[in-house]
Amino acid sequence: MKMIEKEVILEELKKIISVYIADKSLLENITESTLLSGDLKVNSGHIVDIVLDAEAQFDIEFDDASFDKIATIGGCIEVIQEKLRSNANR
Amino acid sequence: MGVVAPNGVGIPAFTHAIRKGISGLSFVPAMEQLKLGCQVGGIPDFDENTLAPWLPENILRNLRSTGIQYACAAAVEAWQDAGLPVNNEAIDWDAGCIMGTGICDITALRWGIHLADDLLARKLGSTYVQQIMFSGASAYINGILGLGNQVSANSAACSTGTESILMAYDKIKLGHAKRMVAGSCESSSHYIWGAFDAMRVLNRRHNNNPTAASRPMSETAAGFIPGGGAGVLILEERETALARGAKIYAEIRGGAINSGGQRMGGTMTAPNNAGVQRCFEAAINNSQVDPNSVDLVCGHLTATFADKVEVSNWSRALGREGMNFPYINSLKSMIGHCLAATGSIESVAAVLQLYHGFIHPSINCEDLHPEIAATIDPSRIPATEIKQDVKLVMKANFGFGDVNACIVFEKAI
Repeated sequence: MKMIEKEVILEELKKIISVYIADKSLLENITESTLLSGDLKVNSGHIVDIVLDAEAQFDIEFDDASFDKIATIGGCIEVIQEKLRSNANR
Repeated sequence: MGVVAPNGVGIPAFTHAIRKGISGLSFVPAMEQLKLGCQVGGIPDFDENTLAPWLPENILRNLRSTGIQYACAAAVEAWQDAGLPVNNEAIDWDAGCIMGTGICDITALRWGIHLADDLLARKLGSTYVQQIMFSGASAYINGILGLGNQVSANSAACSTGTESILMAYDKIKLGHAKRMVAGSCESSSHYIWGAFDAMRVLNRRHNNNPTAASRPMSETAAGFIPGGGAGVLILEERETALARGAKIYAEIRGGAINSGGQRMGGTMTAPNNAGVQRCFEAAINNSQVDPNSVDLVCGHLTATFADKVEVSNWSRALGREGMNFPYINSLKSMIGHCLAATGSIESVAAVLQLYHGFIHPSINCEDLHPEIAATIDPSRIPATEIKQDVKLVMKANFGFGDVNACIVFEKAI
């Protein structure tokens, strides 16, 4: 599978996350250090749903360790890239 | 008040339908696919997208339980009808909710079980539990309305909706809340209906004529027709309601909840007649009304052999028969038996009759059961709408487990 640019992943993530937040304008100034719960006000209970949506979008699967890394947007992108790489090597 | 019923979604459409005797029953292809004996059901014509203003996008997208969808719609309609604000940031600490359910949406449950059996339980997401938990409807409603008092769910089979109203009434009467969202819901699930079909309590003889399939009080009644829906009433302490100038539909004079104890002829599935009569009598007594002043009985009357027994129980408890019997009708003739939702939807109908001054027709009993005709005069069962002032209505429902509930509604003065 060909690698997907970080910017492309970010755009897809923004689309996924927008469904889960009331104030969509929070996505405008998003950076890698943006916190899903703290900054974007995602209900912590819905993180699992965002993960499911990302899994479907990128055809990957998060493992338990992945969940420890996804507090920030940058962490999410890293996990997605890592899983895409292991898919490509499979 | 708010309602999602097989023959009308929303109070205006529902009021029109019950006045005109419009049936909401139809042939259900999913019941045919399951090879059920009964293939007729009452499914509300409901579009879940109408909930978009009230539920976050991600929550609505994953809301599979039709019962919860109906409950949310009916609750929002009722709350707004009562002149109360929706979606404001504040919490109403004086308001609570009792929203009953009979059986959680098995169709939604099945989706999750299939995932789990495919070893994909991780894909259930965050909104599965809240839809299969029994208090799911009350929890969703709370998210929309912001209620700060007790928020809970009751369950008493087919008397659930009647019971929820009386539980909320007690709560206010005790001074523990000023207003309550009270009602019940049942999903439109052919898997639920299949379970009743297996008991052979559904009518299998009218699959080709669905609007004639629900025949309460008829000699050819051959079982009930299942349905889904929700009904919600906002109950409020009188002075508070008057002070804020709320629209008042009716007053609850009193009511009673009891059980026949599954003794003396009462079983898991059939009521003990002594228990039923005690329930009616207790409701009359604690309402302090003269049984002769009851204008209308909104019966349980499901279209089984039990209809004639119910009419006899009413007659004995009220001490009235023949021409002296009050009017009696069955909403189930138009919408089938909405199981746990039946008590609340039928209570909405009872209150509408008080408020507007009419008695809705009880259809499909042209061939009145002779034992019923021997107890009460056939003129007491309207075939078409009767327009007349109605001051006092008794509404009762009975459920599996031998449980009974009866409410006395009075026209608001």
